[in-house]
Amino acid sequence: MSQTTINPAARRPLKNRTSIGQSIRHSLTMAYRGLLKLRRTPEQLFDVTLQPIIFTLMFTYIFGGAISGDVQSYLPVIIPGILVQTVITTSIVTGVQLREDMDKGVFDRFKSLPIARIAPLAGALLADTVRYTIATVLTFAMGYLMGYLPEGGLAYVAIAAVIVIFCSWAISWIFAFFGVIARTASSVQGISMIILFPLTFLSNAFVPVETMPNWLQWFVNINPVSHLVTAVRDLTNTGTVGWDLAISLIGAAAIVAVFAPITVRAYMRRT
Amino acid sequence: MDRSEWAVEAHGLVKTFGEHRAVDGVDLNVRAGTIYGVLGPNGAGKTTTIRMLATLLRPDGGSARIFGHDVTKESQIVRQLIGVTGQYASVDESLSAMENLIIFSRLLGLGRTEAKRKAEALLEEFSLTEAAKRPLKNFSGGMRRRLDLAASLIAQPPLIFLDEPTTGLDPRTRSQMWETIQRLVKTGSTVLLTTQYLDEADHLADRIAVIDHGRVVAEGTVDELKSSVGTSSLHLSVLQPQQIEGARQMVERVLKVPSSVAYDSGKITAPMANTDQVTDLLIALREAGIPLAEISVQKPTLDEVFLTITGSGTSKSSAEQPQNQIQKAEVANV
Repeated sequence: MSQTTINPAARRPLKNRTSIGQSIRHSLTMAYRGLLKLRRTPEQLFDVTLQPIIFTLMFTYIFGGAISGDVQSYLPVIIPGILVQTVITTSIVTGVQLREDMDKGVFDRFKSLPIARIAPLAGALLADTVRYTIATVLTFAMGYLMGYLPEGGLAYVAIAAVIVIFCSWAISWIFAFFGVIARTASSVQGISMIILFPLTFLSNAFVPVETMPNWLQWFVNINPVSHLVTAVRDLTNTGTVGWDLAISLIGAAAIVAVFAPITVRAYMRRT
Repeated sequence: MDRSEWAVEAHGLVKTFGEHRAVDGVDLNVRAGTIYGVLGPNGAGKTTTIRMLATLLRPDGGSARIFGHDVTKESQIVRQLIGVTGQYASVDESLSAMENLIIFSRLLGLGRTEAKRKAEALLEEFSLTEAAKRPLKNFSGGMRRRLDLAASLIAQPPLIFLDEPTTGLDPRTRSQMWETIQRLVKTGSTVLLTTQYLDEADHLADRIAVIDHGRVVAEGTVDELKSSVGTSSLHLSVLQPQQIEGARQMVERVLKVPSSVAYDSGKITAPMANTDQVTDLLIALREAGIPLAEISVQKPTLDEVFLTITGSGTSKSSAEQPQNQIQKAEVANV
């Protein structure tokens, strides 16, 4: 043994609470762990690299002529739409992987360490923003290759990218919650898809709202995904900031405020 | 040690899973600076008990204190005082040994360079330096356990839980593990370990609790437990299997103690206070016309303690005879 004696329990400074600074530090360390894992298993990134490329190509050439007359004029509509849809869909993987990860022995050690309870979850979610970033960059790059020139300019495109990544991170708390309460990883995938499919398609992401029946328009207009898509379009195409952006950010914050605490609670409950 | 203090005080711990009471009122008291063995068969509730003490599982009843701190109310304090090494390795499979230790060190509040130094020192100490950068997937069972234990020692916790630390290890790795555990206690740590192996508890533990069906059925030092089954024990097998019951009744009448029978091997085991009683027994058996295949008198092993206490002289007893038979005195070989 390198040490001679162990500091007895009575002589240790002990606190039953974890400070906010410590919680952040623990979460960042856990995020570092997530990144190391990504580097070790790069095949995890298949979905975020292939999905933006395939979806952008597919939807643009299928719907372009029908909706906007030609592909070129459809690009400012579809690129923000497909960006939001792709990146939010990517956040499902967060819940699925969390479920798989939690079944491993190492989570027992995390639970037995004097670290903030939120750290293993927050760290995993934080590391996954790398995935959203990859998906975002690839979608814009595909758009550019097909001839999309956002009139808002590069700075607004960057702002739009950050907002989409932030909102997806917020939404991933919902899937993290499913990940914590579900029994298997495939059921997380199932539940999440059922929720996300209507949410992303019953929006203004692919087609103009005016072409839909009235009752559907009502839902599409209150769908938070629509607001996020509009906010991204405003930023990239005109360089303007509107109410839609505020609504998106408030919605994202509300999701985190609700789901982060219940996810941590459920995580601590689970054996 | 400035004063004799309790590392673990548990009273009436209960954990139920559905209808099944996995832990049914366990009391444990572990003095600081000792090795305490929790012994029991598979499914006896050992792991569940440890998980409750290590704050991984919330008890349904009873209370437990670690160095005077309640495991449910002051769980975050308790976590600063313990190290846990699980039955299956609680390390990250997808990372290397070095990365694992660095991450755990960082989580425990060490700085970047400090964490690296600590990780290197522990790898050195557990002879894992060569494998430090390799992914854990290629690690042997013994290397994984060593890494697991190393990870539990980063914060130099005064109490270490080891859940079946040597299950599935080869004899050489096993004795290395034993040495490590004994060194730990020399530095002032307290170790609470669970095991299915009686010789392990015999070798390491200062005190032992025997757990069966979620209850502590016996508690004491190794010697106390051994003497509770008598100073020596009788092993006897008959030539004709149909005479087992008759022989057993004879043993119980002459020695005036309960005996146990392993029906598959036809072996009868009974504790003996006085070795001279064997003579009476042999005469009685001959008069009754029960020929013997083998008879021996030996010092009790923890196996017998265990079987006597848990009251099951069933098939397991003969299959899991320990390798280290203590003082075997063959009396007769018919």
